[in-house]
Amino acid sequence: MQIMNNNTTVILVIICSALVTYALRIGGLLLAERLPSSGRFKVFMDALPGTLLLSLIAPGIAASGFWGGFAAFCTAGCTYKTGNVFMSMLVGVGIVAISRHFF
Amino acid sequence: MEKNFTSGFIANLPVAASVAAYGSVLGVLAAQKMLLWTELLFMNLSVFAGSAQFVMVDMWNPPLPVLEITMAVLVINLRYLLIGASLRPIFLEKSLWHKFTMMHLVADENWAVTMAAHRKGKATTYYLFGGGVCVLSAWCGGTLLGHRLGAAISNPEAYALDFAFIAVFTALAFSLWQGKKNIIPWLAAAVFAISAEHLLSGKWYVLIGGVGGAMIAALSAGQENEQIANNE
Repeated sequence: MQIMNNNTTVILVIICSALVTYALRIGGLLLAERLPSSGRFKVFMDALPGTLLLSLIAPGIAASGFWGGFAAFCTAGCTYKTGNVFMSMLVGVGIVAISRHFF
Repeated sequence: MEKNFTSGFIANLPVAASVAAYGSVLGVLAAQKMLLWTELLFMNLSVFAGSAQFVMVDMWNPPLPVLEITMAVLVINLRYLLIGASLRPIFLEKSLWHKFTMMHLVADENWAVTMAAHRKGKATTYYLFGGGVCVLSAWCGGTLLGHRLGAAISNPEAYALDFAFIAVFTALAFSLWQGKKNIIPWLAAAVFAISAEHLLSGKWYVLIGGVGGAMIAALSAGQENEQIANNE
């Protein structure tokens, strides 16, 4: 049987995550005048979501073998062409599922 | 006021469909990680940020690393600083209380729809909030439905559900692709992340790759700006 997480810790981690997220939302609005809206800071903040998501998956893709890499490539291509996140995800998962079935 | 709420809600219905669809994936994965549906619902209502919740569920291994998860959520949600700042024209002359209550339900999707409406002069805070309620409903519906399905699947590897994290983040990342200027920062991010993952334990590679890649973007953009300034 898998070890369950302690209930207090579960509540704590969700509350901490919720607090930082809310602080950023309201902080952005309240500090709007003081945040630079151009220059390097802006470029940094604009680039951050993409580089962050990519960093999250890069080691996983590198470790997932040929079919994992191929599936990630097709998912990326499908997103680029269609802009449909859900369908692109199904393409990637489908390729890996089929490869496990047959190879 | 109520009319704006309703039109915001309706304007977000198309994006809500895709929110529910990828929410169902989060639900399936959360069930595999032994999260209860009540915990998932609590997370939906309090955190209400798609990519951050995927990261949380990905890191959901006992004993829960509270600090690492909070840091990862902080960095992945840094963009909300800019999202919040960009909403300033819509919140002009609103009370502080109004700001505090309306800002919680700001997600990427209803923000994008509201900013598009703002360009046509149609956006109000209630329009934004109506969109938030729409997206939140879809998010809760999708994730909880996925959770029911996920609890019933006993052999997730056969359906490649362990690969779903990689697939969903690949799709989310490339939906943010801005063209050629991303090539070098993204390659740098991947190299930083893969090296950091080999050298350090835990999930710090996410921060190192993300921040490192974005810094490369900022540095190279600075050079271009200077070149333009010199040419003028």
